[in-house]
Amino acid sequence: MTAQRASGSIRRRLFLQLALIAALLSVGLFLVTRSLAASAVEAMQDGILAASATSIADALRSEDGAITLDLPYSALSMLGTINQDRVFYRVVVDGETLTGYEDLPPPDETPTISRNSFSTFAYRDDEVRMVSVARVVSTGGVPSTVQISVAQTRLGLSAISQRISGVATAAGLGFFLVATALSLWAARSALRPLERMTEAVTRRGPGDLRPLQAETPAELVPFVDALNSFISRLGASLQRSEDLIAEAAHRVRTPLATVRAKAEVTHRKLQKPEHRLTMREMIRAIDESSRSAGQLLDHAMVSFRTDSLSEDTVDLAEIVQETCARLEPAAGLKDVEIRCQTPADAPTVRGDWLLLQSAIRNIVDNAVKYSPDDSVVDVRLEVGANIRISVTDLGRGFGGADLEALKARFARGGNVSDIVGSGLGLTIADEVARAHGARLELEPNKNGEGACVSIVFPLS
Amino acid sequence: MRLDRLSAVLIGWLAVLAAWTLPATALEIEERLVLEAQTPRSVLRILSTADRAPFEPILKAFQAENPDVTIDYTIAGTSDVMKAVSEDGAVFDLVISSAMDLQTKLANDGFARTYRSAATDSLPDWARWRDQLFAFTQEPVVLILSDAAFAGQVVPTTRDELIELLRDEPERFMGKVGTYDVRTSGFGYLMATQDSRVSEAIWRLLEVIGRLDARLYCCSGDMLRDIRSGKLAVAYNVLGSYAAAELRETGGFRIVHMKDFANVMLRTVLILDRAENVADAQRMVDFLATLGRRPDVVAASGLPPIDDAALRGNVALRPIRLGPGLLVYLDRLKRRSFLRNWEASITQE
Ligand SMILES: Nc1ncnc2c1ncn2[C@@H]1O[C@H](COP(=O)(O)OP(=O)(O)O)[C@@H](O)[C@H]1O
Repeated sequence: MTAQRASGSIRRRLFLQLALIAALLSVGLFLVTRSLAASAVEAMQDGILAASATSIADALRSEDGAITLDLPYSALSMLGTINQDRVFYRVVVDGETLTGYEDLPPPDETPTISRNSFSTFAYRDDEVRMVSVARVVSTGGVPSTVQISVAQTRLGLSAISQRISGVATAAGLGFFLVATALSLWAARSALRPLERMTEAVTRRGPGDLRPLQAETPAELVPFVDALNSFISRLGASLQRSEDLIAEAAHRVRTPLATVRAKAEVTHRKLQKPEHRLTMREMIRAIDESSRSAGQLLDHAMVSFRTDSLSEDTVDLAEIVQETCARLEPAAGLKDVEIRCQTPADAPTVRGDWLLLQSAIRNIVDNAVKYSPDDSVVDVRLEVGANIRISVTDLGRGFGGADLEALKARFARGGNVSDIVGSGLGLTIADEVARAHGARLELEPNKNGEGACVSIVFPLS
Repeated sequence: MRLDRLSAVLIGWLAVLAAWTLPATALEIEERLVLEAQTPRSVLRILSTADRAPFEPILKAFQAENPDVTIDYTIAGTSDVMKAVSEDGAVFDLVISSAMDLQTKLANDGFARTYRSAATDSLPDWARWRDQLFAFTQEPVVLILSDAAFAGQVVPTTRDELIELLRDEPERFMGKVGTYDVRTSGFGYLMATQDSRVSEAIWRLLEVIGRLDARLYCCSGDMLRDIRSGKLAVAYNVLGSYAAAELRETGGFRIVHMKDFANVMLRTVLILDRAENVADAQRMVDFLATLGRRPDVVAASGLPPIDDAALRGNVALRPIRLGPGLLVYLDRLKRRSFLRNWEASITQE
């Protein structure tokens, strides 16, 4: 049997799809975490900047008709508590710098009393985040607008968000690895029922055509149903073939036997030598066709039964004895003696009685067929290093023929001359031997003329 | 202390605060020390406010380890240093100063170069800022009492005790209490602002010593001279390392470490953004950061190195925190209002 070439793998596809989903989710997780972290970090900086600017705004007061500021220590020191970023500030009253860094740019958007404004820009070689707060302070009854801006570089924050990004990357990667491992497991476990069924089918004996009854997941029920219906149709069809063969054998042999019996009777009654000759040829022709038909049917049966070999315990001595006995009458016609030797403690093999019998019959039949009149065919059952049934005749031998080729179907040797045959006898014997784990050996008779054909079983 | 010998600092200070508005002027050099290398390969140019005496041993030790570096050590006043760097674009490799506020401003305004090494990482967190400003000494501020005035007397160890003592015996201390004139001394200003940040007691103390007709000084040296001569009985806020050196030489007074709190000044170094010899500058920063591992150099210079354990052992010692908080008292309006309060307390107007 050749293995089916796989086109794609469900497991791989399932795994790849799940892994792809996991990868997408990981990237999503990473992006979400990072952007959340970035906005949280930014919000934190904005919050502390706003607190600083507000505390400066709260310290504004008017003195002697002018606005003045007592910069609170905490306003700037609080900015130094979370990181070591550079800090800049500027207080502007009606467009004039009151104190702080005079070159600190104004905010993108002018803040109002109710709304602080935030801007980001480059200042003194670094990116800074700046919050601006507006206050109205009255000096001698005249309200002045004061704008307080506090700015801070963002190196510490970017370090934090970098660290968070690192964590997010690790989390995403970890998630991906875990999810991938899980999808591997999921793909495997999803396909486990399939494996279980495969196993159930593989484990079956060759003749086991019962419907499949493994636990089946819903998705596989239609498949199993289809498979079971196929198995039952196959079983029916095999049964029909077997019946047909048996029927055919019966239908062919019985009329031939009848005709032959009638011909014998007629032959005995006939007086004229030329009539008797004709009748004998007729009988021979009947024999040949009955043997050929038998062999054809035997061969069909052999191919059929070896597929699902039965496992009877076969007593080889018995089968050899019986086969020899059956062939004795036919051999008697040629005055050929069949000498059958079997040991007392006969070995048994497991196998198909009918097939073994057919194999031995064909071998002995050949031996008789290719023997000269008045000779001996030795059938021996021996047990030594292995079990050997050998059939030796004193006939013409195989000549120089290719011995392996003779085992082929319908192959006949060059030595057959007038002897009729179908070329199936050795084929049957060979196939049966192989089905039983034995081998068919063809060799010349070691003690003189003739051939020796053996079936050799290994000792279990 | 160079820092203490400044004259007309106020003008310099205002010039610094007015920043880029004034025209550039040449750096006013007080002293220049060039240590020629035996096989000169490079020159390390240092602009410093620290005197030659405590620093020469350090420079020599550095040169012993780096014999091919010529050291060009320029000494100037704190505000001159600030101005030279931030306005005149003077080219040096390192700036060393005891004016923590001005050093912080230099780093904050982008004149410092970032540097990190195992040596700088070994500094405690409070001794570095932004990996740009590195402290290498910790110098507590102390109270000086003259031996003559306090022979066999109770010694005050907190500000409250000192206030009580001065208040109880005005005739004994009249005209005999000295402290910095914060209007002219940058160091005095830094210490006074830090005092006010930590405790309200400073204002009461100023009032008391104001009532006692306090003498105001520009520099530690003058204060110690008057202590020794008997003109002063008490000198408040004197740099301990300086006083210790004087005491070893002359005697005549005692150093009191305040038990309520004592500000600790950190002398800092930064690598200039425009440094030309960055490699040697970094080597010098590493050298200074690990000064505590060279007891012989420490002994020769008399500058107390960074010692986290000593600070943890004495909770009263408060190192002045590097960072943007120091910028607050450099604010023009803040300075004005602080000086006004100070004057009001001390002159009893
Ligand atoms: N006992 C034997 N002696 C000589 N030749 C044999 C013998 N058995 C088989 N052969 C040779 O093997 C060939 C194949 O045998 P087989 O398959 O039985 O066909 P056939 O019907 O021709 O005997 C025969 O044609 C013959 O040439």
